[in-house]
Amino acid sequence: MATTQTHDAPAREPGNVESHRRKGLVPEGSTYLAIGIALVGIALTLGPILYLILGGFRTQGDLASNPTGLPDPIQWQNYWDILSGSLFWRQLLNSTLVAVATTAAVVLFGTMAAYPLARYSFKGRELVFVIFTTGLMFPLTVAVLPLYLLLRDLHISGLWGLVIPQIAFALPVTIIILRPFLAALPKELEEASFMDGISRIGFFWRMLLPLARPAMVTVGVLAFIGSWNAYLLPLLLLTGDPSGMTLPLGVTIFQGQHSAATTMIMAYTSLAMLPALAFFLLMERRIVDGLTGAVKG
Amino acid sequence: MTALEASGRNADPVVEESTAGSRPPTPATDHPRRATVRKWAEIALFVGPALALFLTFVVYPVISAARYSMYKWNGVSQFSDAEFIGFENYARALFGGTDPDTKQAFTTAYTQPFWEALSHNFAIILLSLAIQLPLALIVALTLNRKFRGRAFTRVVIFAPYVLSEVIAGTMWLIIFDPNGVATQWMRAIGLDMPAGGWFEDPTWGFWTVFFIITWKYVGLAIILFLAGLSGVSEDLQEAASIDGASWWQIQWRINIPLIGPTIRIWAFLSIIGSIQLFDMVWVLNRGGTAGQYSTIASYMMEIGFFRSDWGYGSAIAVIMFFLSFVIALAYMATILRRDNAHPGKAR
Repeated sequence: MATTQTHDAPAREPGNVESHRRKGLVPEGSTYLAIGIALVGIALTLGPILYLILGGFRTQGDLASNPTGLPDPIQWQNYWDILSGSLFWRQLLNSTLVAVATTAAVVLFGTMAAYPLARYSFKGRELVFVIFTTGLMFPLTVAVLPLYLLLRDLHISGLWGLVIPQIAFALPVTIIILRPFLAALPKELEEASFMDGISRIGFFWRMLLPLARPAMVTVGVLAFIGSWNAYLLPLLLLTGDPSGMTLPLGVTIFQGQHSAATTMIMAYTSLAMLPALAFFLLMERRIVDGLTGAVKG
Repeated sequence: MTALEASGRNADPVVEESTAGSRPPTPATDHPRRATVRKWAEIALFVGPALALFLTFVVYPVISAARYSMYKWNGVSQFSDAEFIGFENYARALFGGTDPDTKQAFTTAYTQPFWEALSHNFAIILLSLAIQLPLALIVALTLNRKFRGRAFTRVVIFAPYVLSEVIAGTMWLIIFDPNGVATQWMRAIGLDMPAGGWFEDPTWGFWTVFFIITWKYVGLAIILFLAGLSGVSEDLQEAASIDGASWWQIQWRINIPLIGPTIRIWAFLSIIGSIQLFDMVWVLNRGGTAGQYSTIASYMMEIGFFRSDWGYGSAIAVIMFFLSFVIALAYMATILRRDNAHPGKAR
């Protein structure tokens, strides 16, 4: 519910501001100042990223003698080597599998749990909810040492070792965001469905899931980013073969192994950055809404 | 984490529903008792998977950390063989003392690095509030207007936030390489890199890392503040301007106070995030070769996992938990309380 509100908020602003401006009622500061600050901000943000991407096209000597100009000569070798090999693609696949599995499970289990917590009335409901909310107090860092041992004892290794704890740690936020959203749906929905002889489980699948989709997308996007960027668990669990690693860990290993070939590292890091940037550009609205919604409540 | 404070407020609709006295609708059925059994089975089915995962992989490890913290244990031998030492691990980190076996002082090996790491966490908290907050506020207030390329600017400024700390950190490692572009630029204007290197210098290493953290996270503050500003009513600003208020006066007296709740929640997230900071400092040479920008989390991993002192590492983890817990509670009770107190509704 909160997330949809923030979506609407910016929409009414441009027209209003425009009309006030024409009347000259709202003092504006200076547009030039705004553009100036915008340009500085863009340069500081994009500058390092562009430097990195361009660096992947340089020769080692070019990087040393001419670090800020355009690459001369342009060298495709670094990117070509990485893209024609299997390591990068394997790590990209690993990251994708882990993120998709985590997201799907978090959204499904989170919605399932939030449903009775929002719309059933039963003894102990608030207690169960409070138990989930305590999860916000436990960051992964606090639990990571025993978690490592637990996974070892349960013989959960490899990518599953990432997925399962990531689901567990993402559930609290998911349930906390979903519960009020589900609770805000009108009660008449159930009354009408039950009148038609639909069971609660049928109601969940056929009515609630479609209606909850906006909120599910929001929590899904947050879970996906969290999983995609995860480092601590992969660092502990995915030791050994680099082709079994996820991208962030893979980048650090690659960097350690090619410490002499800086331009190669730059190419690898650039490529590892691109999926996240592309995903961000596609989902920018959702991500911002999700974050501001989660923050504003 | 982002929804921490939201938990308090968002619970409202649900609570209202249950206190209103009207029971939620139930499916029609002839047998009340069978209906009750069925209802509980459904609840178990729906909540069960999430609760089982959460208890097994979050709650149990956290409780285990508290248990391990009372033992001297290397994580390799059987835990049943580990020696129970009570609060010894905590004392070692917090107060020092001497090792009964080796007669060596704990201070240099344990206490000093712990307090150093902790001081870095607190320095990052304070600097975030002193530097990132005004910076983000000024940028957000300036950008809160129509101009060509505004949407593009917002997207670009926010982009670093979605990059992984690891990949962003690797990028900055290359830029701040002793022979890298940052050094060459400094030399071009007649200066040089810090004496020990961008990261290794005992004084400047911390500031290099703080700069990188700011690059990564100031975009979030700007976007949150802009979202808050878009909700401020134009009527107020208009009224103030009719009364002759200048642009700065409107920002200072209307816009900033009205996005106060957003600012306070951003500060909350920033503080908690600063206490738990790990990925970035770990990628940047594990908190520095001499720990010049170590954090509690990086210190915990260094000593717990990579030096196999699991009992001590767990004690550090528990201290970190208590710290964020106490700070979170104190912050919510004092600063966030007034934002959550809705008029006319006692909480």
